[in-house]
Amino acid sequence: MGEIQVKDKEVVVPGETLATGMDFLPSYGTRREGDRILASRLGLVNIEGKVIKLVPLSGVYYPKTGDTIIGYVTEVLLSGWRIDTNSAYSAVMNMKDATSEFIARGADLTKYFAIGDYVMVKIINVTSQNLVDLTMKGPGLRKLRGGRIVKVNANKVPRIIGKQGSMVSMIKQSTNCRILVGQNGVVWVQGDDPAQELLAAETIKKIEREAHIPGLTDNIKGFLEKNKEGIRK
Amino acid sequence: MAYTERNDGRKPDELRPIEAKAGVIKRADGSGWFKIGNTEAYAAVYGPREMFPRFRQNPEKGVLRCHYTMMPFSSAGDRVRPGPSRRSKEIALVTEKALLPVINLGDFSNAVVDVFIELPQTDAGTRCAGICAASIALADAGIPMTDLVCAVSAGRVDDMILLDLNYIEDSHENGVDTPMAMLHNTKQVSLLQMDGEISLDQLKQATELAKKACDEIYEVQKAALKKKFEVTENA
Repeated sequence: MGEIQVKDKEVVVPGETLATGMDFLPSYGTRREGDRILASRLGLVNIEGKVIKLVPLSGVYYPKTGDTIIGYVTEVLLSGWRIDTNSAYSAVMNMKDATSEFIARGADLTKYFAIGDYVMVKIINVTSQNLVDLTMKGPGLRKLRGGRIVKVNANKVPRIIGKQGSMVSMIKQSTNCRILVGQNGVVWVQGDDPAQELLAAETIKKIEREAHIPGLTDNIKGFLEKNKEGIRK
Repeated sequence: MAYTERNDGRKPDELRPIEAKAGVIKRADGSGWFKIGNTEAYAAVYGPREMFPRFRQNPEKGVLRCHYTMMPFSSAGDRVRPGPSRRSKEIALVTEKALLPVINLGDFSNAVVDVFIELPQTDAGTRCAGICAASIALADAGIPMTDLVCAVSAGRVDDMILLDLNYIEDSHENGVDTPMAMLHNTKQVSLLQMDGEISLDQLKQATELAKKACDEIYEVQKAALKKKFEVTENA
């Protein structure tokens, strides 16, 4: 008879035994060794029925198919662009995935995206060799003009977005800024008032720092209200 | 006069007081601090990130790169020249080899994980402290790994078999120091060095002491990592 060795939602270290016996199934971040299931990285245990998986708490971003990210154009290639994904692997956006416009052979691609541009893109495919393909065809995917970039740990992105986007819309409303959050931990903030833009950026940094403290939403709400008054004066 | 009692009053199989922390360096992707007696090590981990120089990229598996440095003021009064030396390059190499068996390099081909170990204060056993700190830092950085690595030195001074030698014991004229690193789950040894001459029997006794001490160290490392993240549980 199998037995779970840890509590649900417990933090475990690599190599820790999570369960014994063959009654449970190892999922993301875990592996089976003999009749035990061990942690393969540091994370939070999540037990769903028979399946045991780990939710990562730290670490850099790793490109995943289907993620919407904010990238940075680092190079203009022969038929596309090389884009930095804020991870160990850079990505390529082919011109046929970049725009539905007709681009003539030999056209100057910098007309569309130049080095230094930030783009909101989606990952179409990640190969076994970690080559990443991007597209800009899709709702909300575009080149980002103006604004500022805030970088946070990719594992904190769900906290910045909040449940059904509650956190990010709260910041948007109280600072009057346009905010886009990439799954890779790059956040774009643009506001008409520089002071408010700065406040939004600071709030995002604050969420990253305090993501683990209970009552995050209330803390952030209080922080925004307090500082909004400062801006009006 | 033979060495029959330890100069700091410890029992032969007693470790110096250990402290450990995770996440001490905010800008790093992961970091660890490990203190054993007066020996203190910081480790910072960056990556997986893009490998430069590019010709060192390996498309089959990732690369682990370790750096080991003693700070200029860290030793007993002589200034340690900063930068790589014959000694620090060797220690960086053995540290790398000690950590390698636990890391799943296949998960980050073409990329590199950089480990920087700095010692602000040294009193023997620096490579072991460095490995312990690096192990915490790698786990903190969320690197896919199979196990934690624990390391401690053991050895002999005159006829006494001792655990965790301090500098006075380490530099004793008739003494041997054998640093050892062990993977906690499998009890595999990933580092074993010997500085001096020791009989096979005494070596066995020394490694036996180190093996037991590694379990103690593991608990400290585990507690340090859990402490950093524990507040997350009720969030």
